[in-house]
Amino acid sequence: MDGAYRGVLGSFALFVFVVAALIVFECARGAAPALQKYGFDFFTSTDWDPVAEKFGALPYLFGTLVSSGIALLLAVPLGLGTAVFLAELAPRRVGQIVAFVVELLASIPSIVYGIWGFFVLAPVLRTTLEPWLGSTLGFLPLFQGYPFGIGMLNAGIVLAVMILPTIVSLTRELLLATPRSLLEASLALGSTRAEAIGVVLDAARPGILGAVILALGRALGETMAVTMVIGNTNRISASLFAPGATMSSVIANELTEATSTLHQASLIEIALVLFALTLIVNAIGRLLVVWATGGRRDVAGAA
Amino acid sequence: MSPGQPSLPQGLSLLRRARGDTALALCWVSAAIVIVPLALIVWHLLARGLPAFDATFFTHMPKPVGEPGGGMANAIVGTLIVVGIGALIAVPVGVGAGVWLAEYGKGQFAAIVRYTADVLAGVPSIVVGVAAYGLVVVPMQRFSAIAGGVALAILMLPTIVRATEEVVLLVPRSYREAALALGAPRWRAIQEVVIPAAAAGIVTAVVLAIARAAGETAPLLFTALNNRFWSTALDQPMASLPVFIYDYARAPYEDWNRQAWTGALTLLIVVTLLSGILRLTIRRAPGGR
Repeated sequence: MDGAYRGVLGSFALFVFVVAALIVFECARGAAPALQKYGFDFFTSTDWDPVAEKFGALPYLFGTLVSSGIALLLAVPLGLGTAVFLAELAPRRVGQIVAFVVELLASIPSIVYGIWGFFVLAPVLRTTLEPWLGSTLGFLPLFQGYPFGIGMLNAGIVLAVMILPTIVSLTRELLLATPRSLLEASLALGSTRAEAIGVVLDAARPGILGAVILALGRALGETMAVTMVIGNTNRISASLFAPGATMSSVIANELTEATSTLHQASLIEIALVLFALTLIVNAIGRLLVVWATGGRRDVAGAA
Repeated sequence: MSPGQPSLPQGLSLLRRARGDTALALCWVSAAIVIVPLALIVWHLLARGLPAFDATFFTHMPKPVGEPGGGMANAIVGTLIVVGIGALIAVPVGVGAGVWLAEYGKGQFAAIVRYTADVLAGVPSIVVGVAAYGLVVVPMQRFSAIAGGVALAILMLPTIVRATEEVVLLVPRSYREAALALGAPRWRAIQEVVIPAAAAGIVTAVVLAIARAAGETAPLLFTALNNRFWSTALDQPMASLPVFIYDYARAPYEDWNRQAWTGALTLLIVVTLLSGILRLTIRRAPGGR
């Protein structure tokens, strides 16, 4: 009986492994025709023409990297500030409220962010923020062009909100896990409160980098919110106001409508690349967090 | 320099203090900014979603294009069915695997399983959808509720596995020893003592996983697809609330857009309710934080 029980549970554990293997296998098998036909050109070509059966994923790679980059640029300073606030500064009640808000942000479904970005944020960007950026910073190519409201900037902002919880909660845990003696020693040596917190931040730096990388992993794969606010055109534009597309958004938009084998294979190859990309990014992030905390379960588990 | 005087020139000290205070003030400011998006999202969901948030929305079918009114009854039931299928697959497998990891998981294979669960947790949901498309939709040659359920099951699995392992590990050793000392074989000690002791924590993990899956759209787009009609057939395309919201939000009809907001509000309430239940159970769970 013992052996049977153990066997049943063990087979469930095996199942978990099989599922992961099946995902890799399925993506690789589905992508094979595109892999064979285009090889490395797939990543350097900007043509995406299902009728002519020409497929190049560069615009989508670009869109994914740029939108995630904007998200990090916005979310990292805000997230670190909030984490320091929560770990070191906040009065108990205020801290609880902010922590609760951050928790809620993490639980909001992607589609809800999308609908908000589409109906609320986009008009604000179109009528206010983008024209203003254009008139003050318009000498930079980044802020030139027609303010669509829908586009890279919108996607970046929505993604920033979505990855904030990852950065805030992990960084907060890391700061709390740093030995108090660092803070006390620094204060005893006559540093101001801010300088002492700076010392703590320095000590937690590798872990914080890991948290940021994990947040990046989340941004790279995010689909629905981005699909709704990025505009979905396969152009590469220097302007942040311009619409674009990401790897995940093109899959969401086209997979059900892809009739030719090559079109479908190309989309699945994008999924495969996205999988590989997030796998690597998440592995690096998790390693850094685990290493920085010496494998402490609660923090490492949250990663 | 007399002993009472600070060793630094007064001006520099002021500068240091000012810089430090600015930095700390900025931390307060960023915490304030972080609250803004949530407040705005909740506000807009209420303002735009509440007008159509009535019995019609929950009990009526979608009207044909051009006719105003109607509701999302089929999508709500569809979400329940698809999420139910997902839970039916993911809960036994996930809990079983988690218990195995906690009770027997010492060797290299256990390390691999732990690692794959972590990897699975990081796989973008759209990739899971693509895989479920290849695994279920293509062989069945049609979009179906089952395919959607499989996709959601894969998404729920890692959360359940790792959380179950964690709470089972928190059950005190003495419980197992007491059960064994009373003559229970190992499997009964686990099944009848350890798992019940960890039950609250396991339920928490399951609810969390289900809540997350209920809000997922991307994996359903090309598995369960969508359906404007009433359907409970598991081998047919099935409507779901998130996909309906997505379609209605993009449609050029104001009435549909309004219903999309109502759908989004519903989704948010469900998620909040589930996490509310979660917070209650966490307090009772062993080792709940």
